Amino acid sequence: MTLGEWQIVWFTAWVSALSTLVILPFGLALAWALAWRDWPGKSIVETLVSLPLVMPPVATGLILLKLFGRRGAIGGFLHDRLNFDVIFTWRAVLLALSVMSLPLLVRSARVAFEEVNPRLEQIARTLGSGGWRVFFTITVPLAARGIVAGMILAFARALGEFGATIMVAGNIPGKTSTLSLTIFQDVQIGQDSSAFRLLGVSVVLAFAAVWFSEFLLRRKRKTR
Amino acid sequence: MSLLLKNISLPLESFALGMDVEVRGRVTAVFGPSGAGKTSLLDLIAGLRRAPSAFIQLDDRVLTDTAKHFSVPTHQRGIGYVPQDLALFPHLSVRQNLLYGCKPGGAAGRLFSFDHVIEILEIQPLTSRGVTELSGGEKQRVALARALLASPRLLLLDEPLASLDAPLKAKIIPYLTRIRDEFRIPMLCVTHDRSEALALADEIIVLVNGQVLQTGPVLDVFNRPASADVAAIAGVETLQAGVITDSHEGLATVKIHGATLTALAPATGTREVFVCIRGEDVILQRDAAASSVRNRLPARIMALRPEGALVRVELDAGFPLFALVTRPACAELALREGEPVTALIKTPAIHLVPR
Repeated sequence: MTLGEWQIVWFTAWVSALSTLVILPFGLALAWALAWRDWPGKSIVETLVSLPLVMPPVATGLILLKLFGRRGAIGGFLHDRLNFDVIFTWRAVLLALSVMSLPLLVRSARVAFEEVNPRLEQIARTLGSGGWRVFFTITVPLAARGIVAGMILAFARALGEFGATIMVAGNIPGKTSTLSLTIFQDVQIGQDSSAFRLLGVSVVLAFAAVWFSEFLLRRKRKTR
Repeated sequence: MSLLLKNISLPLESFALGMDVEVRGRVTAVFGPSGAGKTSLLDLIAGLRRAPSAFIQLDDRVLTDTAKHFSVPTHQRGIGYVPQDLALFPHLSVRQNLLYGCKPGGAAGRLFSFDHVIEILEIQPLTSRGVTELSGGEKQRVALARALLASPRLLLLDEPLASLDAPLKAKIIPYLTRIRDEFRIPMLCVTHDRSEALALADEIIVLVNGQVLQTGPVLDVFNRPASADVAAIAGVETLQAGVITDSHEGLATVKIHGATLTALAPATGTREVFVCIRGEDVILQRDAAASSVRNRLPARIMALRPEGALVRVELDAGFPLFALVTRPACAELALREGEPVTALIKTPAIHLVPR
């Protein structure tokens, strides 16, 4: 493995982990809101969240490109007012990975929240706990397995993201190159040995992620 | 303690819960068949459920007043709630469960000390265990202790004994009476079991299909049901339609099918009545010796059904009549199916309910 390859691996793992952390509070809040009874606009939010899961990633990437480009609604504002660019920087990678992996976290956490016996939350309230304390001491711990599973799924999705990333971040060596982008590029230009080395790393990362989730779940089961 | 439940109106699936009562007893049983809206009532008091109309006041503190769109949030109500499924937190140890509702800052804000509650309910040996390693009766005690340790002003118990078998019930009842006597905490206890209500409560609210049928001291309600519905669920064994044919000097002559009984005349002048007779008030006799008992009915034994230490005797006295006698008495009299006996019922033991 060359230094450049290590950097790509490091960057991909790091930005995937960061995107999982970034979407965690937002995803949990969304999952919780969706798990609760009906509110106006719920089905619209539900659909919007799941959209990146069913749309072609490249199409999602194109939407993000249009929104966050210098002439886009959000990107224009960020560039003009805050002199802050997203497109074709590492932030674009983070954005693409977050949007693409959010639905997986939300879906998994939502099911987990729905499975928490509401009676336990109610009785926690009669014991003097307000909404936040109930959420963090009862709801989240009881939904932990589903939340962890959702985080692993989101992280794995981020590791392998291709379509949306290449639209908003391009494939700029040393700046926005991720594992998937590099493997594709290596094969295109005939550097098969580099592609295979990165392939090996991907397999190891995937194994580690799945093993780690299984480990967490096993430990959780034991403490019950 | 005074718990005011006024203008309560809560639509449920097949009926509406409606009530207007003041609860004053130390332990009050909300008594009624399953599906009468009892749990919904507890949820309402605890603030876990909203009603279109409700005014709830505990002592001098208004908890809910829908007319003013006012409602104290559940966690500030100070009402302990032990639900039927107990709702122990499965991800916490027994000790963590117990401490969950404890106010921070030590014993100052607490009504009862941790050690005292643990001692009274005998759960010291359980504290290091996981919740799933407890037996039914142990879970029940932990749930009670957890609710008490949050220092509630009122304790709501939903069918505290329903999930336990008879021997365990007998074990848990003393703990509940200890809570009642030791901690002097008012309790509202939902039950559909007559013996449970008798063992625990001093006051009773009879709730059927969301409506309060009768309130009062437990024994009064059980012995003097105000209507046939109450009599039926309060477990009065014999309940027959009868007609008052004559009434003077406070005594009424009642005809049930072929038989004639003497009973205390009801206050109202109705002629059509339900006749309620409890099984333990029916005395069986082999020969027809003279006695002060006014009602002497020749009867035939239709069936003998042992119930624990007692035998339920089904008689045909012109109408179906049930008697409860002890097993030794049953043996001594050599009661057998098909044989004739004389059933004696004292006049005050026959309760007439207008129909």
